[in-house]
Amino acid sequence: MSAEIARRLERIGQEERTRVRTPRMRAVLALGPVTALAGVAWAVAQPWRLTLLHPYGQGFWWLLAEPPLYVVGVGLAFWRLVARELVEDMAKAKR
Amino acid sequence: MIVAGIQPDAEFVHWWFATGFLVLALLLYAEILVGPEVWARRPWRRYLWPGTLFLMGLLMWPVMTFFTNSMIHMVAHGSWAQALMVAGGAELGLVRGKLHSQWWRLTSFVGLLVSGTALLVHEQNGWTFARAAFLHHAIGWLVIGASVFPLLQAFRPRSVVAASGFATTFAVMAVLLFCDRDVAPVFGHLSTYAGVPHR
Repeated sequence: MSAEIARRLERIGQEERTRVRTPRMRAVLALGPVTALAGVAWAVAQPWRLTLLHPYGQGFWWLLAEPPLYVVGVGLAFWRLVARELVEDMAKAKR
Repeated sequence: MIVAGIQPDAEFVHWWFATGFLVLALLLYAEILVGPEVWARRPWRRYLWPGTLFLMGLLMWPVMTFFTNSMIHMVAHGSWAQALMVAGGAELGLVRGKLHSQWWRLTSFVGLLVSGTALLVHEQNGWTFARAAFLHHAIGWLVIGASVFPLLQAFRPRSVVAASGFATTFAVMAVLLFCDRDVAPVFGHLSTYAGVPHR
């Protein structure tokens, strides 16, 4: 077996090991999307909290203050910036 | 007059701080789920939640300066700023290794206790006067009750119950602060002295 094939097999094996997720990993990965989903549900339940949907006559601060979007933003940012790397580290620590 | 004209309403500031508390809650929940060892694998991550706490304390000072219309409001906001900065600073010192004693975690306990008391003392109206009054009472008692979690953490640093309670405190605070409006009814009740709801 050539070194290149061996390396490729090793990489595939590593990826598969990373893909096997424990309930804790799933919970960490779910924190962000669940938060974002809560923000979406809030926006649907109280659309008047989103002044961007009816922006005419709104001042600067009212257009900046979009609480349901803050919640969605926090959830997505947490998932993208923190949760994914955390799960990688959990997988590394497991090995 | 110029500052009053361009500064955001108090409710917007409450929503921004609610966002900060939501960030804190997510970071703390994640740390509980992965454990302190995995959490500390990347050095920058250790500074995330203490840094956020400290930054929120720092940002509380302009709130104290521009959004308080009485001495008691000013003192209350000032005490929150100090409590957040001291608790955040102590946690930063612990993760950096400059502080070693676990008793520094008592700063969070004292911070919550002082903050809750300030919330209750500076709210002059009853629970159902308006939504803001209700939230002041609710958050005040929540924070005083929840101060037991960091107290427990000082004695048992690895307690999952204490850590979960601490994280949940911030999540509930975020929800309550997101509910805040400058003048709005609570459970259908709004005192005639509260003013006219503007939205």
